[in-house]
Amino acid sequence: MITLTLKERTAVPLEAESLSPDVTANLSCDAVRALPVLLGKHPYRVDEFFDVEGEAGDELAIRGDAGNVKWIGRGMTRGKIAVEGNAGMHLGAYMKGGTIEVSANASDWVGAEMSGGSIHIHGNAGGQIGAGYRGSPKGMTGGTVIVDGAAGLEVGMRMRRGIIVVRGPVRDFAGLQMKGGSIFLLGGAELRTGAWMIRGTIVTLKEVPLLPTFAHDYDGNPVFMRLMARHLQALGISIPCEPHEGTYQCHSGDSAVPGRGEILVWRPVG
Amino acid sequence: MLRITGGKVYDPANGIDGVVKDISIADGRIVAAVDGGRVIDARGMIVFPGGVDIHTHVAGAALNFARAMTPENHRQATAFLHTPERRAGLGGQTPTTFATGYLYAGMGYTTVVEAAVPILSAKHTHEELRDTPIVDKGCCVLMANNEIVLDLLEAGEIERAKEVVAWLIWAAKGYGVKAVNPGGVTAWKWGKDAKTLSEPVVGYSNVTPAKIIASLAHIVDQLGLPHPLHLHCNNLGVPGNVATTLETMKVLEGNRAHMAHLQFHSYGGADWHTMRSEAAAIAEYFNAHPNLTCDAGAILFGNAVTITADGPWQHLLHQLTGKKWGNLDVENETGCGIVPYTYKGSNLVNAVQWAVGLELLLLIDDPWRVFLTTDHPNGACFWRYPEIIHLLMHADVRRERVKKLPAKAQSRTTLGDLDREYSLLDIATITSAGPARALGLANKGRLGIGADADLAIYNEKPDGELLFRYPRYVIKGGEIVVEEGEIRKMSEGREFIVQPTYDGAIEEYLRPLFQQYYTMSFENYPVELERLEGADVRQLDGHG
Repeated sequence: MITLTLKERTAVPLEAESLSPDVTANLSCDAVRALPVLLGKHPYRVDEFFDVEGEAGDELAIRGDAGNVKWIGRGMTRGKIAVEGNAGMHLGAYMKGGTIEVSANASDWVGAEMSGGSIHIHGNAGGQIGAGYRGSPKGMTGGTVIVDGAAGLEVGMRMRRGIIVVRGPVRDFAGLQMKGGSIFLLGGAELRTGAWMIRGTIVTLKEVPLLPTFAHDYDGNPVFMRLMARHLQALGISIPCEPHEGTYQCHSGDSAVPGRGEILVWRPVG
Repeated sequence: MLRITGGKVYDPANGIDGVVKDISIADGRIVAAVDGGRVIDARGMIVFPGGVDIHTHVAGAALNFARAMTPENHRQATAFLHTPERRAGLGGQTPTTFATGYLYAGMGYTTVVEAAVPILSAKHTHEELRDTPIVDKGCCVLMANNEIVLDLLEAGEIERAKEVVAWLIWAAKGYGVKAVNPGGVTAWKWGKDAKTLSEPVVGYSNVTPAKIIASLAHIVDQLGLPHPLHLHCNNLGVPGNVATTLETMKVLEGNRAHMAHLQFHSYGGADWHTMRSEAAAIAEYFNAHPNLTCDAGAILFGNAVTITADGPWQHLLHQLTGKKWGNLDVENETGCGIVPYTYKGSNLVNAVQWAVGLELLLLIDDPWRVFLTTDHPNGACFWRYPEIIHLLMHADVRRERVKKLPAKAQSRTTLGDLDREYSLLDIATITSAGPARALGLANKGRLGIGADADLAIYNEKPDGELLFRYPRYVIKGGEIVVEEGEIRKMSEGREFIVQPTYDGAIEEYLRPLFQQYYTMSFENYPVELERLEGADVRQLDGHG
């Protein structure tokens, strides 16, 4: 495992897409030290900002306050990155496989346009988790993002497949223009959840204000929720699905687009 | 001074087919001999005249709109980092201005024609062309939906229409006249299109698309423009449009014309499910009519951005695909639509389109009359030309690709049965000598004494499959601009402009029309010659 310890937080963001197991796996420690990073528009070496130690392998540990380090794990296909502290924007963007774990907070665009692999943020995350970048027709097409804390705007914007779970509250426009996949909001959401969604599923365990373009469809405990609950249980997340615990109120929309997505709101017994 | 020794020279204009021959260069031109100067040892290499792209979209308001609409493409594009010799830029589907020059030069092309310039935004186009380095440039100016011109045709005032066309070309600092979907873009302002050549255009009683086409072709010939009418026919992209295209070519009898991106106009069938290639029918007619030239407008599978003045077609394409759509209105002159698009080999329509482009290039006998283009960025990016050249030179590679098409598509084309293989001389003709002649650029596309010293030198036996992807040297105006895969020199290209003769009194006719109908004042409308760098003006004396 290679360990990179950030010497100090930079004033402007450091762009570090070379910090990925795909790049470092077969490199010596010295070669990792010489990898390029960009500060502003100028290229520098990794060791101008990080102390680098350890042996090459599929694992990478990043220590220190990397909240200003962008593009960690960009496009990675395998291996593991453990960020012990904060991570900057675009963490795991375009990733295809492997795992990323962040012990504190992450910024915006976590897992943007990812197609596989998993990301677990133990703190809060910013907005645009698993989203499609501006202009792109679709966001994440596979993989899993779990956030233990809160998240920002446009969670899962234009996502096509995959799973996003946020334990804390999220802000406006969760599932904006969603085209498929599933978003689990364990702590509810602010405004305009599911706006312009075409397909896909948003499950919320707390009441959320619904747009008038979502119509009440049915109340019940659909079979697929039981399957989802079992799948999520393996990831350490429990969601209710049994009739004696309560029912899901299902709303379909967004008829403004028009779309066939669904928002399931949990109603516990009593 | 520069001497290139030992290379096999392919110079179709002078009938030189792979002859080992020295070429001497002085003061930007090819000369008989030089004393001293650098010598390039070109043994084991082939020497071509620099490429000439007769139809591309690389500058102007429409292209800029397309760039703004497709940030998702820029993120995937090749970045050109800033160096002391080179400016920063991006490649991809709609390259930035500087990158456009680098990419064309990097492929051995030294002259490009921006094929669709609205006069109202010609200043913008020239600003961008000025920032497109290395290559020489020219513009075709949009006329077939210009309401001042159409009003004169309605009134039967052909002579005055000719004066107006001449004035407009000079106002735009153009090189040729372009007609896009004649009458159709005007009709689009009423939410309509012009689908048949013989029906009056919406808003007119006796102006038909056929009349616009015939009149403009006649006017262009009368004015003595070096390049004939550059025509994008009606019904682009629609199954069954072969009938329209054949009818258009009949209308053009007696005049010269250049049929742009003919691939998009050579389809049979009644709808998208029955669409088939009619390249053979088009080629048969075309082969028998030497008044015409054409460019292929071939497509390749992958991402593209469709940009055209053909507003109604773009709206239809948006409805068909659900992709994002941009629409621009250019006052009394033209329109513009933009739809990003992905051509897929598994799609029946796209597979037929792919075959049609290659079929036209193979079925039209005379390489002096059919030129290599992809209608960049509509069919594919210009930097993918080497892929098409590879297919033209190898019938077996083509057959392998045809076998991968959907079975239904294979039955709608004859591409797999065509055995013709392009020779290197043929390639030099369709990429350089032919388009230069069709453009009337006497010093381009040839390597004889007195010609512009624009050359591309390739390894005869390349490492990869694509011979034309990486030239060893590119020489533009006598300077080595590309060497060992790197841009070495940032020369500025010239701009070719024609100045047709017109009676100055025409301005008194136009001025009140501008005050009444335009948002721009008459005085601000023409592009001032001083705004252009490297203007190369050709005075025309053809009048009457």
